[in-house]
Amino acid sequence: MLPAITADKLTKRFGDFTAVNQISFEVKKGEIFGFLGANGAGKTTAIRMLNGLSRPTSGQATVAGFDVYRNTEKIKRRIGYMSQKFSLYEDLTVRENIQFYGGIYGLPLKDIRHQMKQLLANLGMESYARTLVKSLPLGWRQKLAFSIAIMHRPEIVFLDEPTGGVDPITRRQFWEMIYKEANEGMTIFVTTHYMDEAEYCGRVSIMVDGRIAALDTPKALKEQFHADSMNDVFLNLTRPGRQHA
Amino acid sequence: MANQYAIDVQNISKRYGKQVLALDEISLHVHSGELFGLIGPDGAGKTTLIRILATLLLADSGQASVNGWDVRKDYKKIRSNVGYMPGRFSLYQDLSVEENLHFFATIFGTTIEENYELIREIYVQLEPFRTRKAGQLSGGMKQKLALCCALIHKPLVLFLDEPTTGVDAVSRQEFWEMLQRLRQKGITILVSTPYMDEASLCERVALIQKGRIMSIDTPANIVAGFDKPLLAVRTDNMYRLINDLRQFESTHSAYPFGDYAHLALNGPIWPEAVHAFLADKKHTGIEIKPAKATIEDSFMELMTKS
Amino acid sequence: MKQLLIFIRKETYHIFRDKRTLLILLGMPMVQVLIFGFAITNEITNARIAILDQSKGEMSQDIIQRLVASSYFEIDENLRAVSDIERHFRQGKTKMVVVFPPQLQENLLRSVPTQIQLVADATDPNTATTLINYASAIIGRYLQEQNQGNAPPLEISTDVKMLYNPRLKSVYMFVPGVITIILMLMSAMMTSIAITREKELGTMEVLLVSPLRPSTIVVGKVIPYILLALAMAAIVLLLGAFVFGMPIRGSLLLLMVECVLFVITSLSLGILISTRTETQQVAMLISLMALMLPTILLSGFIFPIESMPKVLQVISNIIPAKWFIIIIKNVMLRGTGFNFIWKETLILLGMALFFIGASIRNFKIRLA
Repeated sequence: MLPAITADKLTKRFGDFTAVNQISFEVKKGEIFGFLGANGAGKTTAIRMLNGLSRPTSGQATVAGFDVYRNTEKIKRRIGYMSQKFSLYEDLTVRENIQFYGGIYGLPLKDIRHQMKQLLANLGMESYARTLVKSLPLGWRQKLAFSIAIMHRPEIVFLDEPTGGVDPITRRQFWEMIYKEANEGMTIFVTTHYMDEAEYCGRVSIMVDGRIAALDTPKALKEQFHADSMNDVFLNLTRPGRQHA
Repeated sequence: MANQYAIDVQNISKRYGKQVLALDEISLHVHSGELFGLIGPDGAGKTTLIRILATLLLADSGQASVNGWDVRKDYKKIRSNVGYMPGRFSLYQDLSVEENLHFFATIFGTTIEENYELIREIYVQLEPFRTRKAGQLSGGMKQKLALCCALIHKPLVLFLDEPTTGVDAVSRQEFWEMLQRLRQKGITILVSTPYMDEASLCERVALIQKGRIMSIDTPANIVAGFDKPLLAVRTDNMYRLINDLRQFESTHSAYPFGDYAHLALNGPIWPEAVHAFLADKKHTGIEIKPAKATIEDSFMELMTKS
Repeated sequence: MKQLLIFIRKETYHIFRDKRTLLILLGMPMVQVLIFGFAITNEITNARIAILDQSKGEMSQDIIQRLVASSYFEIDENLRAVSDIERHFRQGKTKMVVVFPPQLQENLLRSVPTQIQLVADATDPNTATTLINYASAIIGRYLQEQNQGNAPPLEISTDVKMLYNPRLKSVYMFVPGVITIILMLMSAMMTSIAITREKELGTMEVLLVSPLRPSTIVVGKVIPYILLALAMAAIVLLLGAFVFGMPIRGSLLLLMVECVLFVITSLSLGILISTRTETQQVAMLISLMALMLPTILLSGFIFPIESMPKVLQVISNIIPAKWFIIIIKNVMLRGTGFNFIWKETLILLGMALFFIGASIRNFKIRLA
């Protein structure tokens, strides 16, 4: 089976500064892949290259089997994206957001209508279709944003700190949604600052100063670093010799 | 007014518009020199409470005082004597590290030299970047600078609104180490955070959700108050595991916790019974061990109760 | 005091570190003056006209020459027949056609009443009127000169002398107006944005939770921008003087002092706006919409206040720009001293104090 994402010595430089330095990894189809790193370690730049938003300086990468240099448009059709900072239009209603995102991915109207019903039923939000997104609680918003991000059935979904500030129960419900999709074959590529969430991932990579400093299952990483939790693994890796500005 | 509390909040309520009840009859007190945590998700009302105490907002009803000063009447006194660090990075991005610090020292009527001792440990880490613009600092460094600016006038009470949100685990750890040292210097600290694991770093915490305080106590007591037997369970398929555990008749709740699921039971039960149930559901790699509750377990338990 | 100084210093850093905005702030007045200066002038130069000369005599040639020599007109075409006139206008080539009748010379010499016809394209009535006025003045003067040798026919000649602006140059009208509008808008916009920016960035929160008094914040925001606004005023005045030949007959010092006063009024108006707005966008829109229209329409810049309905005349009194335009016109064109404009100055001073006071009073000491 073809891997969902491959990266081979992928590099991005901004002038003298190397934001991403020869990272190589593979993400299997249906895997939940945690992409961790300190602020400024190069996570965002790496994700942008995979999303087709930023052209790599050197190295190779494919997403859903397509080359990130030549086929960015094909990639964009096959991925979903959701971030904590921006995901839904707050001044549109739930329904309008669904229609909008369905529309930009070119879903037929009939499909959108059908999916909207399904999606709202799954979230138990049928009676909120005409509610402005900004008046929904944050946890609902994030669950809704995730559902919308995968409405066009992408092969891979990128989640950029999807659960920041969400209460612990909703956070878990969110992860259960992720498990469900991964179980059905969707590949999940997720960044988070919650170290316990890192343990929900199948495999985890930790970036330090533009490089991938560790990549393995949470269990193997904990054994390797003789640590009790992913938090300790993370501190172990990033604390010595980290850049201080 | 004789008042031994550094912060005293009595029946504070605050409403935004007609619908949103941000704070619902909140009461708490913080002792002088205490490191007190407000733990809760976004929208719980943490920011509103801190803003009321920092005299930035007026409560609709209730009383609150900081160091004995009323937040409504004596706001000028409070403003001169507390440090406040808002949730967003709120320094001047186009001013250098030094210029920011100098500015805040001066508007509080003091100088950097006068209170340097207090910020020295934090500031030495910033020193190499003295002339760098604040906007060009990394997330962790920005937090340190903001803390320096909030401390420069040697406040009696420090209000920190989600100082570690969006900050990586290393910077978070360093930040908490700094708070511990400040506490040793006798500064009362009220800090809010959505990260449950940070609760254990506070002396006492208030678990807050939807404008209500669910529990106020030491972290140890809160965890001890979790009265259900708790097991940590893992199998090779977490998604199925959670769903199946919820079918189990003695299950009170089942949530993923790291690479295990925490299974709270309605009564004492042999782990073997759970094992048998899961084996029956064709799970592989079953592992079951007793677990100690965390603040997060307690928080979720309290959430479902209320 | 130390707090105020550091606040001013901080504000100055903001101004000078944002190079792009600074450039726009200083470049904008230049562009505006030049655009206003060259586009909104009422003067006419080199208007294209056509001639239908049916007399083909010496006299018509003389008149044509005078028209061209005035540099107001430029001959576009010599028409052959009356029927050409209509066609010519339709092509939209010219603004006016001068028609000399046959036997023009003979009739005039024999004192037979005769008519030179001026046909103008009145789709733009202002231009048409101006053209007709210019042309008839030139022709009239020519005829007068011709008559001087002979026995002058009974006629009444009017002699209008325009004081202070002898050539009726409209530039004298609009340079003061443009200075006023630019100072008003830019100043109000600058301070309203400077404060709402702090609200948006969240730094206002930190300032509020400090012992800083509202008055320190307001005054600290106004002072650094006074200098910037004065630089703008200087640019506009220099352009007015060197590009458009605008005189400054009065004391330059007095002029600058009055500018400072007006700038303070406008800056504090900007602050007043910012006490009621939360975002830079809204502050900018309000500064533009709420200040620009009244300033342009009711200040006497474009429309004379005397010819407005009574209600508007009364309203115009609360427009700071009205008083400032009176002041600078007096100082620049008439060269009058302070003793002639103290009343207007006092009014502006009162307004400045009022706005500053209102800003400090309205300054919210808490969020929301």
